[in-house]
Order: sequence, then structure tokens, then C-alpha cells
Amino acid sequence: MKNVAISGFGITKFTRDDLPIESLMASAVKSLFVNTPNLVQKDVDAILTATSDSSKYLSSITAELTGITPKISHNVESLCNSGANCAISAFAYIASGLADVALVVGAERFDSPGLILEWDKSRGQFRHPIYWSSIFTKSHMRRYGTTKEDLAIVSAKNHKNALANPYAYFEKEFSINDIMRSKNLTEDIRLLDCSYPCSGSAAILLTSEDVTKRFTDCPIWITGIGQRTVSASFTKNHDFTAIQSTREAANDAYKMSSKESSEIDVAEVHDAFSICEIIEVEDLGFAIKGNGSKYVREMYDTQNRRINPRGGLLGSGHPLGATGIAQIIEIVQQLRGEAKKRQVEGADVGLVQNMSAAATSSTVLIMQS
Amino acid sequence: MSTFEQEMKKGNFVCSECQKCNKLVWPPNDFCNTCFGKVRWRPVSKLATVVEFSRKENTVFCVAEFEKTIRVMGSLESLSGQIKVGEKIKLVKCEFNGKERFIFQIAGS
Ligand SMILES: [Zn+2]
Repeated sequence: MKNVAISGFGITKFTRDDLPIESLMASAVKSLFVNTPNLVQKDVDAILTATSDSSKYLSSITAELTGITPKISHNVESLCNSGANCAISAFAYIASGLADVALVVGAERFDSPGLILEWDKSRGQFRHPIYWSSIFTKSHMRRYGTTKEDLAIVSAKNHKNALANPYAYFEKEFSINDIMRSKNLTEDIRLLDCSYPCSGSAAILLTSEDVTKRFTDCPIWITGIGQRTVSASFTKNHDFTAIQSTREAANDAYKMSSKESSEIDVAEVHDAFSICEIIEVEDLGFAIKGNGSKYVREMYDTQNRRINPRGGLLGSGHPLGATGIAQIIEIVQQLRGEAKKRQVEGADVGLVQNMSAAATSSTVLIMQS
Repeated sequence: MSTFEQEMKKGNFVCSECQKCNKLVWPPNDFCNTCFGKVRWRPVSKLATVVEFSRKENTVFCVAEFEKTIRVMGSLESLSGQIKVGEKIKLVKCEFNGKERFIFQIAGS
């Protein structure tokens, strides 16, 4: 199996702009080419797109708009973790020798049909994501004493981190009080505990060890991968105080990279709702089970950016198909030491956790310089 | 429309059960997801247990578990006083109008 590096990236600002999805994708690819001077279109063996948009043959359209005639092109759709899953498909093409250079581009529009799940009968009339997140929130509060203030701290921290991310949708700091007083959507979550649907696009270049030197002097290697889907129905989550899919994906990724959770210097985790980050830091092994909120509070108090330095989904906005790729781009910048005001000092090992469909499916990547 | 949806439309909450290995197949389908055997359709017990709940304005919504297997989200109506996790509830109405709706009350009320 060949080693696979991330050798370049391009990203657009997350907005509420009403642009066609293919224009969003093409913009991120253009930005990637501008950032990667030695790359020309004929180098690209594969172009894979990630989106929950129902438009057709977007990989072919994006290839044509950017002058690429690829050997391999297709779309990857798995709702909110389409981005990270798409990167893994590209990894597999390169590791197997079917491609040496793969372009992965994820995008979404603010009005994506992927925002609400229509298939899941088990949710009854309660299809909107605020319902599943309320159930997780309530269960974690009940078992571990997590409070509404704990939730607000996640959002305050991530909105604050996003101020240093030029591509984030939000450009405003929110106090714990602002968040606690934002509109109650349910008894357990408020408006500012929720990530915000927006338009955006992000692209990465994956290359085999044989050709990486042509494109970058500072490759970031993907050394661990884990994916787990426990079901498609929300109510099949066995325990609402934990995210089983994340725990299992993380175990596989740690094993593949021979790393432990204590060796992760920086991580982007899928904070679709405030409660998600609290549970994820537990299930990724950064905090003891039940101590997730304490762990997040300590980061907030000490201005430690090791979790969600770009602002996560809460601070950056959540253009579904772009999110996983944007998470990867942040870790690439961190491990290259190029994250400027967001930089976590001395970061050598990074992790991305991208999740979908009411926590039933998770993807974890471990990356190293 | 699937058998499940047709029955829901008539107000019947039914489930698919494998004729070969007797497992409940949930979410419902016309074959078993364990052994791929044929299923029979049968009514689900009216009695359920509250696994978790929350509230949106005046609507209490819960995850309810039937027969220790089937879990759905539904609304809890005609409440007087507190509800608890583990509370026994009964399905008083179900319907299908593009999406499923399950309406519960406290059992015995
Ligand atoms: Zn069977």
C-alpha cells in the first residue's frame, strides 16, 4: 500500500450566497490550483466530489469547468460526513496504485436537501436535527450533570476561535450569556447551540509518495483511517450519552496509525450541536467519560485551541459536503505550522472527526507531518 | 406505498417479522435483514417505555421502545405531572401523511 499525502488545498469563504453548487466546487478547485503552482490539469488522475446536493454528475461538471479530463470521477454522498468519506475514497485509489494524484472537492448550498432526513421512519414527525440533538443533550445531562452553561461554553469557544478563521461564516463573538439567551428551540437546546447551514466549498489534493515532492515541500500524511456506520435510523443509537460510531471509528484510526488519543495535538471534531463536542471529546478518548464538559470548559478558560481551532461547525458554519474537507484543511495548516493566529504550538499529530445522520455514522482521520 | 405506510394510514402500527428466524425487522421491510427470509406483518404491542424525552414549547416528544426492540419518536399527550425515563406509555394513535406520526399517553391514564 502506498503512502498518501495531502499536498495542497483551496477553500472559499462560507456565506449565504445563492450560487450554483458547481460554481462553488469550481471556485475551491481554482483556489487549489493557484495555491499549488506546480500542479497542472493533466496531472489529475481522479476527481471526486462530496455533497448532499441532488444535482447530477457533479464530478464530471466540476472536472470540465476546471479543464480536467480525469480517469476516475464520481460523487460521494453520505450526508454530513460526505467530505471525509470522499477523502478516504481518494486515499484508497492512491494507496492501491489506481491513481497518483486525486482532487477531492466538497461543497453545499445553504438550502441543501441533505439538511433534513426523509427516510428515517423511526423519527416519526420529528425529522429536524434539533430533535435528535435534544435527545442526546437530555441524556447526557441526566447521566453526567451536563448543564446548559456547559453547552453554551462549547459555542462561545468555537465562535471565538472562528474569529481568526478568514473563511468562517460567523465573524462575531458571542458571550456565554448571549448564547444562553438565544432562542430556545427545545427545552434543551438554543439557537446558538446549533451549527448554521451555509454555502461553501473546500478542496484538497491527495498524492502518492512517488509524486508528492513535485507539489509540496511540506506534505501532511494520512496515517490513520476509521469509519463506522451503526445504522441509518436515529433511534438505533443504543445509548444517547455516547456516540458509538465515533468511538469505533476512532479505535480503528488509532490502531492503523499506531497512535493513542494522548498523542493527538490538535483536532477538528463535528460540533453540529454543542452537545456533540462534549460527547466526542469523551468518545475520542481526550476526556474521561462524563468529563467532556469539564474538558471543554478548561480549554475555554485557558484559551486553548486544541479542539476546533478553526471554530468547528458552530463557528465556521456547516456547508455539509464541504465540512469534512474544511476540517482536513485546518489540520493540514496546523501541522504545517501555517495556522497563524489559530496555531496550536508544536502540533505534530492531528485528528479529524466527521459525522452524519444523527451520529449513526462517523469518520476519523489521523494526520501527521 | 409500502405495506407499513398503508397500515399506518389506516391507523395500524405494524411490524415485519421474519417467518424463518422470527426476528423483528425494524425499520420495516419486506424481507428479513438477518436471514433474508420472507416476513409476515403483525401488529406491534400498544405498550411502550419512555427511553428519553424532551419538549418543544408545549409538545413533549420522546423516544419510545416497543417489545424491547422497536424504537420510534413520538409525542406524549394529555400529561398531568412529571414523566420519567422508564415510564410505561401506550400508543393511542398513529398515522401516515407523507411522514409517520406516533401519539402516546401515559399507560393507565
Ligand atoms: Zn430472518
